[in-house]
Amino acid sequence: MNTGIPLYYFLILATIMFFVGVYGFLTRRNLITILMSVELILNSVNINFLAFNRYLFPHKLEGLFFSLFVIAVAASEAAVAIAIIINIYRRFTTINVEDVNVMKF
Amino acid sequence: MEIQQSMINFSYTAWIPLIPFLVFILLGLAGNKLKPRLSGLIGTSGLAVITVLSYITAWLYFFSGGKVGDTYQKITAVNTTWLQFTENLHVDLGVLLDPISVMMLIVITTVSLMVHIYSLGYMKGEKGFERFFAFLSLFSFSMLGLVLATNIFQMYIFWELVGVSSYLLIGFYYQRPSAVRAAKKAFIVTRFADLGFLIGILILSFNTKTFDFITLTSVDGPAIAQSGGITFMGLSVITWSMIFVYMGGVGKSAMFPFHIWLPDAMEGPTPVSALIHAATMVVAGVYLVARMFPIYVFAAPAALEVVSYVGAFSSLFAAVIACTQTDIKRVLAYSTMSQIGYMMFALGVSGYGGHEGLGFMASMFHLFTHAMFKALLFLGAGAIIHSVHSNYMTEMGGLRKYLPVTHITFLIACLTIAGIPPLSGFFSKDEILAAAFHHNKILFAVEYAVAGITAFYMFRLYFNIFWGEERHYHHTPKEAPATMTIPLIILAIGAMFSGLIPFNEFVTSDGKAFETEIEWIVAVPSVLIALAGITVAFVLYSKKSLIPDRLAASFKYAYKWSYNKFYIDELYLFVTNKIIFRYISEPVAWFDRHIVDATMNSIATVTQVVSFRIRRFQSGQLQKYAFVFVTGVVLLALLFIYLWK
Repeated sequence: MNTGIPLYYFLILATIMFFVGVYGFLTRRNLITILMSVELILNSVNINFLAFNRYLFPHKLEGLFFSLFVIAVAASEAAVAIAIIINIYRRFTTINVEDVNVMKF
Repeated sequence: MEIQQSMINFSYTAWIPLIPFLVFILLGLAGNKLKPRLSGLIGTSGLAVITVLSYITAWLYFFSGGKVGDTYQKITAVNTTWLQFTENLHVDLGVLLDPISVMMLIVITTVSLMVHIYSLGYMKGEKGFERFFAFLSLFSFSMLGLVLATNIFQMYIFWELVGVSSYLLIGFYYQRPSAVRAAKKAFIVTRFADLGFLIGILILSFNTKTFDFITLTSVDGPAIAQSGGITFMGLSVITWSMIFVYMGGVGKSAMFPFHIWLPDAMEGPTPVSALIHAATMVVAGVYLVARMFPIYVFAAPAALEVVSYVGAFSSLFAAVIACTQTDIKRVLAYSTMSQIGYMMFALGVSGYGGHEGLGFMASMFHLFTHAMFKALLFLGAGAIIHSVHSNYMTEMGGLRKYLPVTHITFLIACLTIAGIPPLSGFFSKDEILAAAFHHNKILFAVEYAVAGITAFYMFRLYFNIFWGEERHYHHTPKEAPATMTIPLIILAIGAMFSGLIPFNEFVTSDGKAFETEIEWIVAVPSVLIALAGITVAFVLYSKKSLIPDRLAASFKYAYKWSYNKFYIDELYLFVTNKIIFRYISEPVAWFDRHIVDATMNSIATVTQVVSFRIRRFQSGQLQKYAFVFVTGVVLLALLFIYLWK
């Protein structure tokens, strides 16, 4: 089952992707970019699922199914999020997240 | 318990309480739009209708429908479930006919009708005339509902309703602070006693699983079967419950020590005093004991002892006070208390069934005759007050020339209450004394003395008002109008002849008739002591003399204590103000303010301060939230990884 690439390479990649996503999520002001960051986070999780599935439980398929699930959920989430962003743009004529701050005390 | 079938359908009796209720609704809502005279007539005619219905009911009950074999039955004429809690726990409303409730129907409707007619004259031109009649109807409704109650809870409901109507009527002149005070006092004192009643009901029905009177009082019923059950301080629970129930009766019937409201209740209009505080409501306590009588006899003899001693003491106590009062209505109020003490006492010395139940019969008999002559006395007093505009006998005298009808009827009433044959009071009082004579010689002696004192203070009243020195009046007193004198005459006839009704055939403890006869060994001395009392009063008060003052001076302390009603009111004030308020209420209030409230307030303050600080976090900046969230997750993750081993 050894394909030459050790498991922890995948984990390092996933971790990097995850924190790049978190960083982008926290620092970008553009809503589209924030959405893309979320996708990065989700995909890093997918990599984790698949890698663990492949290396630790090669005869089972739960990890694969989970990542298919995540992809489906991410697709619908992107659709909803973009609809929200379009509406925000119509309402505020901007998609800068700092200007969308009417929900406060 | 199966409803006993009777040949006559008594279901129409539900209208007896309902008609006054409808009149009350009508006058209460539309009274101010009607002419006062019309609303008075509506109230009076409503009462007249139910009086006729009651007499028909009594006729049917006593002479054809009520008897099965030789026993008068308890008939549940109407019964509806009013509040259903569970299958076994439900409160019913209905009509129960038995000898005592039918007798009470007669008493209430007769006196109430007389008072209604009388009030047409007495209250004429008063502000709130229609309100007065609305309240009278409310009272009649409540009182009738009370006596017709099929179960103890219905009785309690109407018991409170008569309390409310009494409150409303005592406080009828609500612009007068003394009337307001008296109304409040009456309500609070009786309400306090009713707390005991409620506790008694709860204990009793918890142990017997029923509210129903027929089940409760049947000789093989659950109350009597359980008399040997659990005990507390040497008495069975049933006994305790009956003592608590009796506490309600003590409050309503103004027995010692809850009598303090009755004299003050005389602030109300005089017809109200006649109806509520002499003839009907105040005997509710007697009625209550009579209603539960089999339980008292068979299951709670100790409670019955309490009844007899409280009754005897109250009658003596009130009679002594009545000797020194000068407000004529107060004299009558204390006399009422004394006579009700007689009734309670008679119940207390009674047994069950046959001649043993003489006291029960005598008590009901006295209730009946007392209602007649005491209502007559009060209405007579009202006529006197109406003509001389004063309540004080010191401002009266020589009125017999001016008020002939009032004078004659008042004299009849005084002779009746003194127990002079052949007037009704003689018969009923004689039965009570005979019952006492066979039961308890000491209490008999007390009651015998009270009979003499009663004759004395009633004739003190009579001679002071109608004889003695003539006073200076603002205008010549003149006889009351016919609407007032006709009820006086009718009641005088009732007071004279109601003693001839053979109560031993109709109203007995077990529903069976028994033989009685006048016991001369009791009757002759009781007439003699009454005559002695009258003679003393005649000597002292029929002409102006110095003897009363001299007597008062030589018995200075006794006189002073009696005149100030043995300082019971002051004692109550002392206990409430100086002890309860200072040592219980004030610390409780302090605790409430400084501990309970302060805890709540500080929680609220802390919440307010904290939330004021942290509301800045609610910035509306999405990414700030996300940052906090992520930080939190990371911290939690670290916590779980390194500290949660």
